[in-house]
Amino acid sequence: MSDATSGHGHPAHLQHHFSDSEQQASAAKLGMWLFLLTEMLLFGGLFVAYSIYRAWNPEMFYEAHKQLNMQLGMINTFVLISSSVTMALAIRSMQLNNKKVTVRFLIATLLFAAVFLIIKYFEYHHKFELGQLPGKYYTFTGLQGSNPHIFFSIYFMMTGLHGIHVIGGMGLIGWMLYRTTRNQFSPAYYTPLELTGLYWHLVDLIWIFLFPLLYLIG
Amino acid sequence: MDGIPAYNYLNTPKGWKSWLLTRDHKRIGLMYLFAIMFFFLIGGIFALMIRIQLLTPNQALVKPETYNQLFTLHGAVMIFLFIIPSIPASLGNFVLPQLLGAKDVAFPRLNLASWYIYVVGALFLIYSMFSGAADTGWTFYTPYSTQTTTSVIATTLGVFILGFSSIFTGLNFIVTIHKLRAPGMNWFSMPLFCWGLYATAIIQVLATPVLGITLVLLILERLFGIGIFDPAMGGDPVLYQHFFWFYSHPAVYIMILPGMGIISETISVFSHKKIFGYKAIAFSSLGIAFVSFMVWGHHMFTSGQSEIAAMIFSFLTFLVGIPSGIKVFNWLATMYKGSISLEAPMIYTIMFLILFTIGGLTGIVLGALSVNVHMHGTYFVVAHFHYVMMGGTVMAFLAGLHYWWPKIWGRLYSEFWARVGALLIFIGFNMTFFTQFILGAKGMPRRYSTYLDQYQPLHGFSSVGSFILGAGFVVMAAYLIYSLFRGKPAGNNPWGGLTLEWTTTSPPPPENFLETPKITHGPYDYDKVVADNG
Repeated sequence: MSDATSGHGHPAHLQHHFSDSEQQASAAKLGMWLFLLTEMLLFGGLFVAYSIYRAWNPEMFYEAHKQLNMQLGMINTFVLISSSVTMALAIRSMQLNNKKVTVRFLIATLLFAAVFLIIKYFEYHHKFELGQLPGKYYTFTGLQGSNPHIFFSIYFMMTGLHGIHVIGGMGLIGWMLYRTTRNQFSPAYYTPLELTGLYWHLVDLIWIFLFPLLYLIG
Repeated sequence: MDGIPAYNYLNTPKGWKSWLLTRDHKRIGLMYLFAIMFFFLIGGIFALMIRIQLLTPNQALVKPETYNQLFTLHGAVMIFLFIIPSIPASLGNFVLPQLLGAKDVAFPRLNLASWYIYVVGALFLIYSMFSGAADTGWTFYTPYSTQTTTSVIATTLGVFILGFSSIFTGLNFIVTIHKLRAPGMNWFSMPLFCWGLYATAIIQVLATPVLGITLVLLILERLFGIGIFDPAMGGDPVLYQHFFWFYSHPAVYIMILPGMGIISETISVFSHKKIFGYKAIAFSSLGIAFVSFMVWGHHMFTSGQSEIAAMIFSFLTFLVGIPSGIKVFNWLATMYKGSISLEAPMIYTIMFLILFTIGGLTGIVLGALSVNVHMHGTYFVVAHFHYVMMGGTVMAFLAGLHYWWPKIWGRLYSEFWARVGALLIFIGFNMTFFTQFILGAKGMPRRYSTYLDQYQPLHGFSSVGSFILGAGFVVMAAYLIYSLFRGKPAGNNPWGGLTLEWTTTSPPPPENFLETPKITHGPYDYDKVVADNG
């Protein structure tokens, strides 16, 4: 915060109620981990719903999952893993005081995220055209078995909530990009960048669970 | 200024903008206090309207449909806008950093954000009141909540938003307790209120997101008919109940644990004796938080869950009695041979002990499967819930409010009028709710706008009790507001407390302590130190 003046020899980023940067950084990290925990529990509800309905309708889930495009899902998995790598490299470059490279890696992360969303858009679009929609909007007739719309309700809720998190993550990464270009980070202080990275890895990790659960039922 | 320190957080800095943009935990706590007291009033008015309706079986005040909205609003406002944020966000926010000897909470901006998020959530609930308030009960059970034409979406969206406010407060407190304790203060020299808030915060962080996703699913079910909770489409309405209570049962402990923390402070201060069984009280808070996640099924004994599941949930429910009992016995042992003084905070503390014990024991009664089947959905449950929540949490909140009031404002209220108010509240509360145990045992179901004539005397007695209870709160409002203007200056330490907030001025300076406090004794070392009443 700006009101922590550097007049007393404090670094500008140090807030007045912390005694030193180390305490501030460790507090911020603990806070972020707790926030990630809440994210896991948020998705946890959907994972429970998935488990219950799959246990009740194993054949239906198996048949319905064939409607998903496994190739596109696979590509998207690689895209997101790549974005996690570039995110980690962006932080690494900041530790080495190489701001230009940080900027490049952040842009690469943003591009990967955009590719993910574009592929997701085409997948959604295809489903919309076929009428493979959630709940009462489901009009697809090519599937036997009871209540196949439940699978698509769960598919759209899980991937939709994940997609919202990708968009949110892109906003955060864009903000970090802006702050990096404004020279607000240094090897001594890059906590927000690191926390954004943690968040991004979680978004990535959730997809790594979603992909096999939805696309690879066997 | 007649004994009030000229430099304090109330007047430094000045101007309404300095309040709306403040990052000072004390000001945010105070803003929360005003907000929750406002909604306590609103929820209380709904409660009195319910009791006026039930004075006679003639449906004198409102139509049955309106009555359904009334008890839904009473529940939703009291639970989500008053009792969940009550102690942690107001009193907890105000004193936690001071108890730890810190200047502020770990994330002051997040703290302010949580208040604004609370206000936005509250606006949704207020909006819902004027656009056909929900009539589902505060639990929003499916399938009715997906079919009714009332504004379920506005209400649940409001509750969803309020959840974020609660999560942010909890997250902030966990980090504050881990990272911002004053030099020399370790986990076991923290005042017990911190332990209470810590256990609460864990539940807030772990359980609230599940409520969030549940309400999102409910909203999607209404908007798009996703079929997750609709049996006609292969969904399961009981799954909603599982999800809902996975949050809402631990949420009951979000409500009671901070109250238990307050009692652990006041009981030692006003017995002038070291707290008995510090570690037992501290760990039993964590124990309650832990067990709280495994008992949600006891809300669904009659919803068609399997018998084995019901038996396990019943057994686990009994387990909650152990850490709760540990606490009550340790508090009593603290009072034993203490030098007890009966100022207002102690009066409310003793009221808590009596009422919470009744509430807790009737919880065990309800946890027993065979009894539950008969009592389910009767006034017995209503009475049990109010004994725990109002007799427990609200009494503890009032104890804390009276205990820290002089610290917050620097002024003392009238002890005489405080006793009058407490007496009215105690009599009114027991008349209102003990009667409802009897009503429930006689088979009176809850959530009905009328009843058979045979219940009239008891319902009438209960309603009269609620008016006395209301009068008690009017008295309290009067003497507390009066004290702001005419109260005697309190001095730093009017009660002789040994925790750190009493070492600073009343009201404290914006940075809490003019120098970083040194820990020279434990929070309850009445056997070693005599407090400086300066």
